[in-house]
Amino acid sequence: MKTNEKRVHEPLFHVVKRAQIPLWQSMSIRVGAILIAFLFSTLLASLLLGRSPIQFLTTFFGGAVGTPRKVWNLAKDAAKLLCISLAVTPAFRMKFWNIGAEGQTLIGALAAVAVVFYLGGKVSNGVLLLLMFIAAVIVGAIWGGIPAIFKAKWQTNETLFTLMMNYVAIGLVEYFLKIWVTSGSGSLGEMKFGHLPTIGHKYFLLVACVLVIAILLYIYLNYTKQGYEISVVGESENTARYVGINVGKVIIRTMIISGALCGIAGFLIVGALDHSITAETVGGLGFTAIMASWLAKFNPLTMIGSSLFIIFLQNGASEISDMFRIDSSFPNMVVGIVLFFLIGCEFFINYKLKFRESAKKGEKA
Amino acid sequence: MNKPVALEMKKVSKYFGSLAANRDVDLTVYRGEILAILGENGCGKTTLMNMIAGIYYPDHGTISVDGQEVIIKSPKDAFDHGIGMIHQHFKLVDLFTAAENIVLGVQGEDRYNIKEVNRRVKEISEKYGFHIDPKKKIYEMSVSEKQTVEIIKVLYRGADILILDEPSAVLTPQETDRLFEVLRRMREDGKSILIITHKLHEVLSISDRVAVLRKGEHIATVETATTSAAELTEMMVGKKVELNIDRPEPKNVCDRLEIKGLNMTDADGIKVLDDITFTARAGEILGIAGIAGSGQRELLEAIAGLKELDSGTVTFNRPKKNLPVSFYHKTFDEVTALAAEGKFHYEDGTPVDFTGMSHSQIKELVNSEKVLFNEDDIINLRDKTPIQIRELGVRLSFVPEDRLGMGLVGNMDIVDNMMLRSYRKGPSLFVDRKKPKDLAQKIVHDLEVATPNTHTPVRRLSGGNVQKVLVGREIAASPTVLMAAYPVRGLDINSSYTIYRLLTEQKEKGVSVIFVGEDLDVLVELCDRIMVICAGRITGILDGKNATKEEIGLLMTKTYTNNDTSEQAKEGEADEN
Repeated sequence: MKTNEKRVHEPLFHVVKRAQIPLWQSMSIRVGAILIAFLFSTLLASLLLGRSPIQFLTTFFGGAVGTPRKVWNLAKDAAKLLCISLAVTPAFRMKFWNIGAEGQTLIGALAAVAVVFYLGGKVSNGVLLLLMFIAAVIVGAIWGGIPAIFKAKWQTNETLFTLMMNYVAIGLVEYFLKIWVTSGSGSLGEMKFGHLPTIGHKYFLLVACVLVIAILLYIYLNYTKQGYEISVVGESENTARYVGINVGKVIIRTMIISGALCGIAGFLIVGALDHSITAETVGGLGFTAIMASWLAKFNPLTMIGSSLFIIFLQNGASEISDMFRIDSSFPNMVVGIVLFFLIGCEFFINYKLKFRESAKKGEKA
Repeated sequence: MNKPVALEMKKVSKYFGSLAANRDVDLTVYRGEILAILGENGCGKTTLMNMIAGIYYPDHGTISVDGQEVIIKSPKDAFDHGIGMIHQHFKLVDLFTAAENIVLGVQGEDRYNIKEVNRRVKEISEKYGFHIDPKKKIYEMSVSEKQTVEIIKVLYRGADILILDEPSAVLTPQETDRLFEVLRRMREDGKSILIITHKLHEVLSISDRVAVLRKGEHIATVETATTSAAELTEMMVGKKVELNIDRPEPKNVCDRLEIKGLNMTDADGIKVLDDITFTARAGEILGIAGIAGSGQRELLEAIAGLKELDSGTVTFNRPKKNLPVSFYHKTFDEVTALAAEGKFHYEDGTPVDFTGMSHSQIKELVNSEKVLFNEDDIINLRDKTPIQIRELGVRLSFVPEDRLGMGLVGNMDIVDNMMLRSYRKGPSLFVDRKKPKDLAQKIVHDLEVATPNTHTPVRRLSGGNVQKVLVGREIAASPTVLMAAYPVRGLDINSSYTIYRLLTEQKEKGVSVIFVGEDLDVLVELCDRIMVICAGRITGILDGKNATKEEIGLLMTKTYTNNDTSEQAKEGEADEN
């Protein structure tokens, strides 16, 4: 073999697909990514704000879990997020990209508020709550079902359709607020009826309800025939047709379930927390929920962790913007940075880089 | 051999994860020779060639061209060194003409001078004996013409090392002969040709030398003239293999599936099935031969209830004559209604009459199995969904050609794939994974599926093992009709023979087997009858014992003029009888 000078330089590295890697290794890559992301955010904060990294971190953690009240707040916000994340999960398992959870939740909340507005004080609280629940579930299911029917019958694009349904829902809320609120304030204010009872801490019932939904959904998706059908349709519509699954029926049924769960989320927000409604009631959680669901790889139980994690980041970062008096978009930036690193590290879980040196070594061996 | 060395690979390795696709491969290619790269599927032939062509970059090792070590990072680098690859799946723009496709991506001034391009394409064609019209659009071309365009494309760019990946897979025997003629002329012109294949007879007929790969490693390179099919197989597989297919005489043959006048048009309005009429019989294997995409897939999917037909009938004969009536498939009311029509008889032949009998008397009589059917059941399967077909009690199993995209779910484990057909059974809301698990274990054990356990996602299994899982599941349903489309595509020799054995076993059990195949050698050895289709029409039904490959090859490309349609139909009838 001639050893003349090479005509072209060997590339510095090339990308190689990894084999299956053990769980601890993939988890440590993820934890590493989160640490780097924190380091990066800390650096950014100290550069922009001139605060020491220690100050940054203590404020951050203090803001998220510093006091029992903050821990309960964390639990409450995470429960809200988890509930909507669970709602989008059946559709996502089916690879139906439902980004309309925002609208489905809002319209569910609107239905619950409407029941309180028209029937509040006229029936007992128990009956009122039941009616609120039923109304929210039905309306949420309809809101989720409409795009599914169009998808099943005419192959419309579900992403655009569900997105547009969000704006319709927001418009409806604004419309009804105009009708209901006759005073100049324009806001509905806290309603006296239709409060969920408190057991222990005021957020306990909400958190417990959502955890029960998580477990039920886990069982539904993994152990029932319908859950199995959802997985088959999601993996391959051709296979589903081959074994005789009615794909259109499964799509509609699953989206009705998704929408109904969003309706439950809307009911819980109204009944347990807000007792009122504005166009901002859901406040973008319908989109954050997509992230939480995705980060958990569509597993309802893992989703408990991913929802907590996202809310932890948001609450910590918003404390920073409060304390340091900076713009409220800072929390969003931190969340964005962490998620960027977390999603980006998937590349290193699936692939590895092979450097020139290692190639040389292999040659000698 | 005194020819100059064109290309040399030294200790080349490529890993995908922990899997070594190629390990320490040494390979030398001379100028003016045809080198066959032989090996089973998954042995690393294509990966090795892709490293020469710049698709992959080797993890270790060196490649040199004309004695100079080179780095090939992209297909462009490969072209700069005069290396061109013709892939199995053509990469052509349908709406462009042959000449436009050929100059696509070529640098230089004259590429917009289409006249000059046409002239050069003509020149290359004449030199090597291609037949191609440079102005013809790709979508108007046959598969073999498209392949020709791909080859000229590579030659036009001045490649003198050509790599062909399984070039004959899509061709008829006649077209393959023509291609080989062209390749021989190129060899005389001093070009180096690497041809990837797993067909032994082709290797023996065209190559000068054969490099055999097994499990990513280079076993040996031998002179074609001094070797034999048996020796090559042994090198390929690593042990001696019996290449015989057993074809037992069909027993108790009776008509099982009657297909009459099927017509189907696809979404573009093109006729994909044209007046298809045939009968599949219980206890025999009916082979279907034809160029890929001639309507085989549509035909099987139509029978399985997955595609809509324009016209025609699909009827299933359930053997019932002289068998006892039961309440299994018929309700009480149906049984009494049929009895009133005189459809039943007793063992001694007297007709059954239920008049005057009480409900329980009738039940007792029927359950005692003394009431027998007069006739076979004729069941219409047309426009029935797969579920309706099963509800009619017709056990129709189907091994589709797209295994992971249709027959199985790649991301699910073996157990979950087992229940695809059966999960609906029973009124429970929950799935029962116990029986599928037992079935999965049985199939893994009986068919020797290589898998860590039954909870491995099927996409991680090798092609042969995926197919064993699919065929195993379809056979476990104890079918009366078993349809298999290209069941051995991508499988190694041992797995292929396992599948042939399974199909033959089913035939001996009295199942009507329909086998769509591509290897004509196998079709003539395995099948009792062979139906040839071309462009959605049946061009002949031959007796498997007397059919020859050449005869089938001619029928595969037979096109009709109006005059000989009737003649051909008569011929078909004659073969049937």
